[in-house]
Amino acid sequence: MTAVTPVISIHGLHKYFGELEVLRGVDIDVRSGEVVCVIGPSGSGKSTLLRCVNLLEMPTAGTVVIEGIDMTDPETDVDAVRTRIGMVFQQFNLFPHLDVMGNLTIAQQKVLDRGQDEANEVATRMLERVGLEDKADEYPSRLSGGQQQRVAIARSLCMDPDMMLFDEPTSALDPELIGEVLDVMRGLAGDGMTMLVVTHEMGFAQHVADRVVFMDEGLIVEDGPPSQVLLNPRHERTQRFLRAVEHD
Amino acid sequence: MFLYVFTGLIVLAIVLGADWPKIRNSFFQWEVIRDMLPEVLTIGAKNTLLYTALAFAFGLVLALALALMRRSDFAPYRLFSLVYIELFRAIPALVTIILVGLGLPLAFGWSIPFGTAGKGMIGLGVVAAAYMAETIRAGIEAVPRGQMEAARSLGMSRGRAMTYIILPQAFRIIIPPLTNELVLLIKDTSLLFVIGTTPLSKELTKFARDFMTTSRNATPLTVAAIVYVIITLPMTYVVRRLEKRAGAGR
Ligand SMILES: Nc1ncnc2c1ncn2[C@@H]1O[C@H](COP(=O)(O)OP(=O)(O)O)[C@@H](O)[C@H]1O
Ligand SMILES: [Mg+2]
Repeated sequence: MTAVTPVISIHGLHKYFGELEVLRGVDIDVRSGEVVCVIGPSGSGKSTLLRCVNLLEMPTAGTVVIEGIDMTDPETDVDAVRTRIGMVFQQFNLFPHLDVMGNLTIAQQKVLDRGQDEANEVATRMLERVGLEDKADEYPSRLSGGQQQRVAIARSLCMDPDMMLFDEPTSALDPELIGEVLDVMRGLAGDGMTMLVVTHEMGFAQHVADRVVFMDEGLIVEDGPPSQVLLNPRHERTQRFLRAVEHD
Repeated sequence: MFLYVFTGLIVLAIVLGADWPKIRNSFFQWEVIRDMLPEVLTIGAKNTLLYTALAFAFGLVLALALALMRRSDFAPYRLFSLVYIELFRAIPALVTIILVGLGLPLAFGWSIPFGTAGKGMIGLGVVAAAYMAETIRAGIEAVPRGQMEAARSLGMSRGRAMTYIILPQAFRIIIPPLTNELVLLIKDTSLLFVIGTTPLSKELTKFARDFMTTSRNATPLTVAAIVYVIITLPMTYVVRRLEKRAGAGR
């Protein structure tokens, strides 16, 4: 049963901000272990889609089902489901008043009720995974953007999530720091993590994604393997977007 | 250059023209200063600090509750907080103090226990809370939205995210304005004389004022002023340092 139930299953998703309809009926399934990259022009609703998955935004209509649990059902314990959904933001959003170890342990202790020792042990393991075990005692402000984003990924991993959402994780980084973050993400994908990634990194989408979704004006225009969506797009709108990106 | 000469001439005129012996006699009588010690410190300054600390602690807790209510999803909380803040900022602190210290006993035949300390804590704290609530709210709003979102996405409830992520950052931001409120509060304890004091519960101003009836000159005021400066100067200095550091950090 679990093998066929998608980890993330979104149907008929609509989202309004006041009068503005930002998502206009989105359907998307992500299966276990799948890496799905979402591309599309700025303002097309990619971030909003991601934020509806863990209910940072409340969908106006439609269903968001995470591992069989309906997130929009008022009975659902949203906080509990969120621990299974890691989220990585464009602006990192590390907690500046805590050192790296504090960033990685606070939710383990306050949400998962892990003791200090266990939390530290998990945090150390995850820091090794992102290659920053020597930064445990630093404060975020003393780290480079790339290091901060890797800490943010490690912070999410400490909660043992079943899936990870990435919202343009490299867009705020200097070009020379993008690679180290993409490497960590590639490693995660290789370990079988289920990932929904909003990105402008076409190389990453082409080589790592199982599927690429092109969004425009609140709708999914094209959804298929990278070889199709990126190399032989069917829709004129997708072709235009890819041409514009190439000329960057 | 002209300004220096001009100012110098005025200062010179004052120095030459002033009746120094008379000034010294009214404001700096050593015997009076000697007579005031040590009670001006062990009673006056001690009570000023005690009332300030009590009112600040009570006011801070109340202010935090008001600030959180002000941002609540529950409209009646928001309304209550708004009305409270606007009301107690509009009324003179003196009126609130009289209300708490004298109005309540008259109305209900019940008064707040622990004398001036108890009444002062509530009376001043109720007023201070109205100001500090706005300060705390501004601090909470100065924490970037992404902090709450990151905390929530890790599974923290709103309350936990507030407690462990937002408020620690908010309080760091508002230490300077909160210290300013504390300095204002120190001075506002001088209003507590209106609710009546016993010889042992006088704060600095009341102590000095009553001493003037025996000293028959203004020296007690000088002493009180000096003690106020000694208490508040380190605080304003620390605030200035903190503000400089915060400014440099940006
Ligand atoms: N909280 C919000 N309130 C109002 N409008 C919003 C809000 N968040 C996003 N929007 C609007 O929704 C549209 C889609 O935004 P977003 O999902 O961030 O797009 P993308 O991530 O693809 O750039 C934009 O027009 C944006 O201005
Ligand atoms: Mg976006």
